[in-house]
Amino acid sequence: MVSAFKNSWITFKSIFTGMGVTIRHFFGPSVTLQYPDERAVLPKDTRAKLYVNIDDCIGCNLCARACPVNCIDIETVVATSDVDLGKTSTGNPKRFWLTRFDIDMAKCMYCDLCVHPCPTFCIYMVPEYEYSEYDRTNLIYHFSNLEPAMVAEVKEKAEKEAAEKQRQREEMMRKKAEEAKIKQMEAKKKAEENNSGENDAQSSKPENGDP
Amino acid sequence: MIEAITENGERREMTINMGPQHPSTHGVLRLELVLDGEVITRVKPHIGYLHRCFEKYAEKMDDYAKVIPYTDRMDYVSAMNQEHGYVVAIERMLELEVPERVEYIRVIMAELQRIASHLLGIGAFGLDLGAFTPFLYLFTEREKILDIFEKASGARLLYNYMAVAGLMRDVHPEFKEEVSDFVKTFRPKIKELDDLLSYNQIFIKRTANIGVLPDKVALNYAASGPVLRGSGVKWDLRKNDPYSIYDRFEFEIPVGSGEMGTLGDCWDRYIVRVREMEQSLRIIEQAVDGMPDEGDVMAAIPKRIRPKEGELYARTESPRGELGYYIVSDKSASPFRVKARAPSFVHLSMLPAISSGALIADMVAIVGSIDIVLGEVDR
Amino acid sequence: MTHYILNISPVAILVHAAIPLTIILVYALVAIWAERKVAGFIQDRLGPMRVGGWHGWAQSIADLLKLIQKEDIIPTDASRFLFKFAPFMMFAASYAAFAVIPFSSSYIGSNINIGVFYLLAVTSVLTLSIIMAGWASNNKWSLLGGMRSAAQMVSYEIPTIATVLTVIVVTGSLNLMTITEMQSGNDILGFLPNWFIFQNPFLIVAFVIFFISILAESHRVPFDLPESESELVAGYQTEYSGMRWAMFMLAEYADMLLLSLLGATLFFGGWNSPFGDFMSGPFWSFFWFMLKGLLLVFVMMWIRWTLPRYRVDQLMHICWSILIPLSFINLVLVALWEVIF
Repeated sequence: MVSAFKNSWITFKSIFTGMGVTIRHFFGPSVTLQYPDERAVLPKDTRAKLYVNIDDCIGCNLCARACPVNCIDIETVVATSDVDLGKTSTGNPKRFWLTRFDIDMAKCMYCDLCVHPCPTFCIYMVPEYEYSEYDRTNLIYHFSNLEPAMVAEVKEKAEKEAAEKQRQREEMMRKKAEEAKIKQMEAKKKAEENNSGENDAQSSKPENGDP
Repeated sequence: MIEAITENGERREMTINMGPQHPSTHGVLRLELVLDGEVITRVKPHIGYLHRCFEKYAEKMDDYAKVIPYTDRMDYVSAMNQEHGYVVAIERMLELEVPERVEYIRVIMAELQRIASHLLGIGAFGLDLGAFTPFLYLFTEREKILDIFEKASGARLLYNYMAVAGLMRDVHPEFKEEVSDFVKTFRPKIKELDDLLSYNQIFIKRTANIGVLPDKVALNYAASGPVLRGSGVKWDLRKNDPYSIYDRFEFEIPVGSGEMGTLGDCWDRYIVRVREMEQSLRIIEQAVDGMPDEGDVMAAIPKRIRPKEGELYARTESPRGELGYYIVSDKSASPFRVKARAPSFVHLSMLPAISSGALIADMVAIVGSIDIVLGEVDR
Repeated sequence: MTHYILNISPVAILVHAAIPLTIILVYALVAIWAERKVAGFIQDRLGPMRVGGWHGWAQSIADLLKLIQKEDIIPTDASRFLFKFAPFMMFAASYAAFAVIPFSSSYIGSNINIGVFYLLAVTSVLTLSIIMAGWASNNKWSLLGGMRSAAQMVSYEIPTIATVLTVIVVTGSLNLMTITEMQSGNDILGFLPNWFIFQNPFLIVAFVIFFISILAESHRVPFDLPESESELVAGYQTEYSGMRWAMFMLAEYADMLLLSLLGATLFFGGWNSPFGDFMSGPFWSFFWFMLKGLLLVFVMMWIRWTLPRYRVDQLMHICWSILIPLSFINLVLVALWEVIF
């Protein structure tokens, strides 16, 4: 009986202690941030959205390779010899046209791994978090600033140059091959001659040395 | 207890699904309960609703560093500790020395995260028992920790802050000050929590003598962390198998004592978490005092991490218990095998052992008191 | 001073019926908003802030409009008639009980001389409607909620009635208007109003028991087991949506008010002003009455946002082995006190 009263007393006491705590909070200040009217000030390096300063990008593809979820899609075209793309603000020469630099923010997991390898510090996170979309495809951000026409032109040019180079290379190859053939023929002749009694070591040496 | 018996003498039982969409299964856990009235006769946890192939991903990443963001996502409530465990494992494989400053920052971060995780754990536990308000008070405190994390790492939940041999970035200049401010403001909140929840008689009635886990059973099931300590076993990897620089700090290991009921009941597990937060505050204070102000946050390591062939099991104390990474390297760029030993998974497996004969309401208390995170259970 | 508007004409009956209904509806809208505000302030939040401008006062109205528009979902295997009928029956029960509540010195719905008895009898129907809802939903969680609720309400009716009986012992009347009138004046210690809570020390104990029991009767924390959201999902309301669910909500808040007003009538002098004749009269008496009732409602909210909930067996234990014996002992003591003094 006594213990029952004691227990009830302890229960009531703990209940009133708790109620004391809550009533203090009832009259205390609130911690709510009224979102659209007030906005939290985020630290400047908050990871909320990826941004690429495309002028500084050299198309090295390091960020795309660092990404664990493959959300960065880069397509580059070699700049033709007649154009100079200049240098980035960090002084790295640019050698590629960036025909495509897409980041799919729907896939991005904000891990910051792409930011660190960048040699020109051109890809980084910005504290901008209000970019929800109704369509998932709208979350693919296109950072390349080349017009489609320009892209086509650049590609064509690059292809032409590549074709030209290819042609030149092929020509070189053919020449080489012809030379090699001639030499082979000569070597054969010589060999035949050697078979008939001559020393072959002397004649084969210049053949090998010839590129 | 009177059992419901049909005319033919069979027991009438009802099978009921608790989850996967149930407010207090802490995620997508399905418990198949066999009920006799409101008394549970059998319980069978079904898991796998949150399986994301962490281990297989880790093998296919082509980089040891790329696995770190995935470890964050295992136990998303204590991401820092998950990262810490992983980088400690890799550093042991590489036999690396980590700069002093990095170790101190890591310890501070890990302990802050431990507090944040316990805040959520005990808050949600209270919520399961119908106490809504403590949950939100604790959440306010947790937000303060997350603010510190956000300033340091840029993210609030999944930090990817610790890198192999260092940190992704240096902490902000006001870091020490903010941490010590937090420690100061947080101490009185624990007292408030005691008033509001820990020593509330209704709360005690709901948790004491419920879900009793004797120490022998706990050890047999390989329980660890607060669940094991709640059963009175003094076992903390920070003391018993020190990693990082935990051997430098002074702190105690709080264990359950059966103060309010039986040793190893839900209340013991709960109070161990509360006391652990106090100990974490002590560690943080010491670490803030000892942390060098200047120094590099990244040791010089090769760009591609390729540990030599071999295998290693490294364990660390996450807020939920022993978090172990078993890593096999075949000298290629990505690990040959990564196995995570998740404490939540182990603890969930002992649910049937400690919950038969309980009521549905007790089931909720038991699930809350072992504090599982389904992300870690399913990985 | 009191005169009752008791007329048998159909118009008068309609007016009589409409007055409590209006009070309940307005109160429910305000109380749901207030509950959220109280919860918000206690939890260091703000609660609803947007709808309607000042502190989101129109939030409940907006919610109501939303609920009206919602689809009326009835589970395939539900018992359709009972499922549809349960919420209305529940509301009807708590609404009918308002008939005998003396809202003001000059207004009472029906001045019958068995007022308290009628009120307690009619509110018992609530139990039935909850079981109906729980069983008709054909959902295991709902059934569990319904069964819990039935057990709880049936048990807690006993201490409620026993404590009401202690007041009846003092008054000797079952008419709530008479009971209120008996509490007029400020004679205790020269300044305290003649409320029953001040008249007799055992009536304070009776009030504590009564308050605990009405917490359980109206399913408030720490006794909100029938709808304990973290255990039984939503108890007997699990399968309900839209307007039917809103009816449950309405009935629940009406029940809360009803029991609080009953408490105010029995222990706190009903519509009597605490300052004697100062600020009395039909309007002021209504004001005092509602204020007392709403204060009790506020305490209920305050408790709700502080405490965890009891378990079902503990709830029964409290009722059967503490409250019921205590209330009966108390009844005897009050009776003795009345005989002696």
